[in-house]
Amino acid sequence: MFVLVEMVDTVRIPPWQFERKLNDSIAEELNKKLANKVVYNVGLCICLFDITKLEDAYVFPGDGASHTKVHFRYVVFHPFLDEILIGKIKGCSPEGVHVSLGFFDDILIPPESLQQPAKFDDTEQVWVWEYETEEGAHDLYMDTGEEIRFRVVDESFVDTSPTGPSSAEATSSSEELPKKEAPYTLVGSISEPGLGLLSWWTSS
Amino acid sequence: MEVALSPSQECKFHESRDQCPFTCCLALHLAHSRKDANSALLSNYEVFQLLTDLKEQRKESGKNKHSSGQQNLNTITYETLKYISKTPCRHQSPEIVREFLTAMKSHKLTKAEKLQLLNHRPMTAVEIQLMVEESEERLTEEQIEALLHTVTSILPAGPEAEQKKNTNDDMTMDEENPA
Repeated sequence: MFVLVEMVDTVRIPPWQFERKLNDSIAEELNKKLANKVVYNVGLCICLFDITKLEDAYVFPGDGASHTKVHFRYVVFHPFLDEILIGKIKGCSPEGVHVSLGFFDDILIPPESLQQPAKFDDTEQVWVWEYETEEGAHDLYMDTGEEIRFRVVDESFVDTSPTGPSSAEATSSSEELPKKEAPYTLVGSISEPGLGLLSWWTSS
Repeated sequence: MEVALSPSQECKFHESRDQCPFTCCLALHLAHSRKDANSALLSNYEVFQLLTDLKEQRKESGKNKHSSGQQNLNTITYETLKYISKTPCRHQSPEIVREFLTAMKSHKLTKAEKLQLLNHRPMTAVEIQLMVEESEERLTEEQIEALLHTVTSILPAGPEAEQKKNTNDDMTMDEENPA
């Protein structure tokens, strides 16, 4: 689920923090910059693991702060393809089942990857697995708050950096706000034996 | 900011790290050799330990915890800790993990498969089949049973399983001692 990513960055320490140990100031700055943020094509950054190398710190003319090039390792949430994860159902919509891990919310299980046959119950807004047994069809509801085991089948990164001024002029004329896209989304699947709500597979 | 290419990406230009002048590849050889791509994987227990230590450290030097810049770190550490605390990783220790990995040597599983077994502590054959690729071809039924036994005996149970066990014990005690 988590990986260690090596990164390099230049950290700016303002003069009023010079009395603190350099390592502590740098750690704080890096966490301030990266914690709980998605880095494009890398994943959701959790926290600093360690600092591997500190290069010489420079002070530039006109700016009293020191600039240090830092090599460090960061803990990043980036599940590998086909990894099994357990999350909680956040809700259902015609697009599929939305799953959350608490610290990461943008996981979708599309209708074709649900245990088949599945149907969407409009009145209760839940997806239902119509499980066939000899007695007849059993309706298994995918309720909000239930724990669900799923497999990661796809991921997508969207670059959400702000666009330049030329395109802003074109969109400012329209009234609607630009749609907020999640920078990092996972697509899951539960179409295998053992996947789906934990309560479906536990033998009491 | 320069970032190392993720394990799934490979440097398109050079075969080995030494030949590559791109600063992204200076960061690590992860991108070049697929076999080292797994060296960057962390188990949930390691992250749990790291975040718990971080929380302790920040509690001790309490003054700057509430500054606006630290809010993101607080949020993510709280949520991630909350998530991992509900998994079996909570009660693991470095000795347990070492013992588990030694016991796993005989089963010939890939690093990713061993990591999943460590993180999830499967208790049924169905779960093993999900985590081990092509388990029908690689493992016989006895091997799956043996694997299950190793996993459940070495790795401690999760907080929910323990809770269930406690209520079961209470129930049997009541039966033995009628009021």
